[in-house]
Amino acid sequence: MSSEVRFTDFKSDKQPTWCPGCGDFGTMNGMMKALANTGNDPDNTFLVAGIGCSGKIGTYMHSYALHGVHGRALPVATGVKMARPDIEVMAAGGDGDGYSIGAGHFVHAVRRNVDMTYVVMDNRIYGLTKGQASPTSRSDFETSTTPEGPQQPPVNPLALALAAGATFIAQSFASDALRHAEIIEEAIEHDGFGFVNVFSPCVTFNDVDTYDYFRDTLVDLEEEGHDRHDLEAAKEVILDADKEYQGVMYQNENSVPYHEQHGVTENMADIPDGAPENAMDLVREFY
Amino acid sequence: MTEDLNWAIGGEAGDGIDSTGKIFAQALSRAGRHVFTSKDFASRIRGGYTAYKIRTSTDRVQSVVDRLDILVALTQRTIDENLDELHEGSAVIYDGERSWDAEIPDEITAVDVPLKTLAEEAGGAIMLNVVALGAACEITGFDVEYLDESLEKRFGGKGSKIVENNREAARKGRDYVRENYDFDLGYELDTTDNDYVLLNGDEAIGMGALAAGCRFYAGYPITPATNVMEYLTGRIEQYGGHVVQAEDELSAINMALGGARAGARSMTATSGPGIDLMTETFGLVATSETPLVIVDVMRSGPSTGMPTKQEQGDLNMTLYGGHGEIPRFVVAPTTIDECFWKTVEAFNYAEKYQTPVYVVADLALAVTEQTFSPETFDMDAVEIDRGTLVDDDSIGEWLDEQGRFRAHAATEDGISPRAIPGTTDGAHMSTGLEHDELGRRTEDTEVRVEQVDKRNRKVETAKAEEDWDYREFGDEDAENLVISWGSNEGALVEALEYLEDEGIDVRILSVPYIFPRPDLTDDVEAAEDVIVVECNATGQFADVIEHDTLTRVKRVNKYTGVRFKADELADAISTKLSEEVPAQ
Ligand SMILES: Cc1ncc(C[n+]2csc(CCOP(=O)(O)OP(=O)(O)O)c2C)c(N)n1
Ligand code: SF4
Repeated sequence: MSSEVRFTDFKSDKQPTWCPGCGDFGTMNGMMKALANTGNDPDNTFLVAGIGCSGKIGTYMHSYALHGVHGRALPVATGVKMARPDIEVMAAGGDGDGYSIGAGHFVHAVRRNVDMTYVVMDNRIYGLTKGQASPTSRSDFETSTTPEGPQQPPVNPLALALAAGATFIAQSFASDALRHAEIIEEAIEHDGFGFVNVFSPCVTFNDVDTYDYFRDTLVDLEEEGHDRHDLEAAKEVILDADKEYQGVMYQNENSVPYHEQHGVTENMADIPDGAPENAMDLVREFY
Repeated sequence: MTEDLNWAIGGEAGDGIDSTGKIFAQALSRAGRHVFTSKDFASRIRGGYTAYKIRTSTDRVQSVVDRLDILVALTQRTIDENLDELHEGSAVIYDGERSWDAEIPDEITAVDVPLKTLAEEAGGAIMLNVVALGAACEITGFDVEYLDESLEKRFGGKGSKIVENNREAARKGRDYVRENYDFDLGYELDTTDNDYVLLNGDEAIGMGALAAGCRFYAGYPITPATNVMEYLTGRIEQYGGHVVQAEDELSAINMALGGARAGARSMTATSGPGIDLMTETFGLVATSETPLVIVDVMRSGPSTGMPTKQEQGDLNMTLYGGHGEIPRFVVAPTTIDECFWKTVEAFNYAEKYQTPVYVVADLALAVTEQTFSPETFDMDAVEIDRGTLVDDDSIGEWLDEQGRFRAHAATEDGISPRAIPGTTDGAHMSTGLEHDELGRRTEDTEVRVEQVDKRNRKVETAKAEEDWDYREFGDEDAENLVISWGSNEGALVEALEYLEDEGIDVRILSVPYIFPRPDLTDDVEAAEDVIVVECNATGQFADVIEHDTLTRVKRVNKYTGVRFKADELADAISTKLSEEVPAQ
């Protein structure tokens, strides 16, 4: 099937209920294109989605999918990959989902280096609950629950990933369709945890981190001649507080994904009709 | 009961109490004797009293009693803690050369053995417990050679020299008693030709999971469930499976959910506090109709409670936990061998009915070991039912006109087809949101009702199709009915003898199914007096029985953190029987 797959095959027949102009449209289109371009098809792809406007992506895309509870997409995706190393696994959600309630799982999925692609639609706000501060909101960003701004520095997800030992760290912009799809494609092809933070503007609740803002400020690492295999160079751009970048910040050439490190190679869905052969050996251990 | 011998070793945590007890227990079971062990341990690694008790007989033993015949005491506290269980025929083995002056009641035979010195002579002070084992062998007329195999098992990995030294240490203990003491307490440990296996409930659960084809396990360490994970680690790989130690229980259950949705038989195990954390996802598992086995090895709660103590306090939690209304199965093994078989059953229920299944065991089952004949775990009898798993060929009938897979088809029996990733045309969405047949979010009132009913119908189907039985002991015509769940069965069955001596006839029902469960209305109505026995303060199972049968029952509850003993239970039952029946 894969040779004939087009990106629209990954589209479900549900019309998105995202606000017109929401960045999540562009994020999703890029994901579908990247999946098709890397030779995947819906019946061999598993998408795990978080909770939030972003998490609705599982409904609008067509594949095997699970829309879970808030913040827990990564553990689910990890379980899927363990059971089925043969399946392409993607996880997607928002910045609140991934870096607030799910922050613990983020760190551990990164350090396990599970072979999956994790796309975070970072709009620097809680969209679905109608506009509260998120972990990536600026410290002076006024919202209904932070009338004077959160008064604390935003999380730097790229630095968090770096500190946790990430093997692939990238950032893209939902509206730069071509580059965004390219970057997701690279994350899919990476052997290990491919992490992409996507600037995906919320046109309803965030009037600071807008399309115009990113269009004006974003620096493309490709054009800068950045060496993604150079850890020091990666640290520099990731910790640069003055500029916003898109592109692949870091990729570890020697990345060995979790399932290969641990010899997890079998399709665990296949089991015998009764107890496995030599099962009585399990009993005899207790002699 | 004259065949019985009750032996214990006690000291400080870190003194090797556990492994010494295990060596003796294994030796006894290899000698064809039945063994039942219990552990008394505090929630700390070093320091703190800890004891390992063995009851052994040529007959089957399945409970603890209030009697101790041979006690190996490494500390005074060991003697003090067990004073009321010692009797005139007891012997206490201790080391008089150690700094403490053992205070042992006069009528009890004190056996002073220079454990440490003899151990040093055999190659190292660390073997002093094994010297004590040798001494115990001599007192009880049990051949030291029976220890050899279990010493090999325990120390084989450390080299043959270590094994040899330990064998020597045991013999030194035996010889010392032989040469310095001349008493006969009348113990004789007969041996038989039987070959028994010795295992605990956690191990039985792990073994059941492997037999049932469990391939993926995710968990987070917690007493007393960790042994399940430790058992599976290193073994599940032999069957192509994998264990992940997750970062917390939220992650563990979500990983297991992922494994299950991907088609693997998956499991997680935890104890009360972990169940609390898993509860949100539990609802998701049920709503997305994912087959998942969740083991709750209960310890004393609430909160972190008493981590190393027995309780049956999570019944309500597993039966009712979670917001909204959640269809689920709850099975609760009553014996260690049932830990195996109910785990196998749990996987079948999970896949057949596409629901979460709780396997609820209690600490007393999890940590006590018992002997069984190997055939108890007859692997040929393991059946696997994967339910309505569709493949490329059979999926056709479940596609709608537009070729979309009806993953949550509202069938008559409530059971929908299941397609795992890779099945052509099976791609579909699963969600914790209310959804239609295709798995797509909906708030349509009709669809909502249809899906709720559909999920609940699975339970009705299961109630009708499966055998939700109980086990019965005692006199089937007795007017007195005792109902029990979980690990109390063994002690209850032995309590029958004590009650008989008092002229009290009882009928005992031991119920391994909490939900669905057998309908006990007729049994309750036929009885004069009904007592529900359980290790919790409020009588959670008694509430359920009252609810089902619309009849008031009496309650025997124990929530000290210690399991019921047979003689104590007999007393409690006979006292309860003489009390008036509560008002209807
Ligand atoms: C346990 C739990 N707490 C709170 C919520 C409510 N909730 C839903 S989405 C959300 C935040 C979403 O923010 P983000 O991840 O940034 O996604 P966005 O909507 O902006 O795409 C919250 C708090 C929930 N569903 N579950
Ligand atoms: S509220 Fe914001 S994030 Fe949510 S759909 Fe609308 S624009 Fe997108």
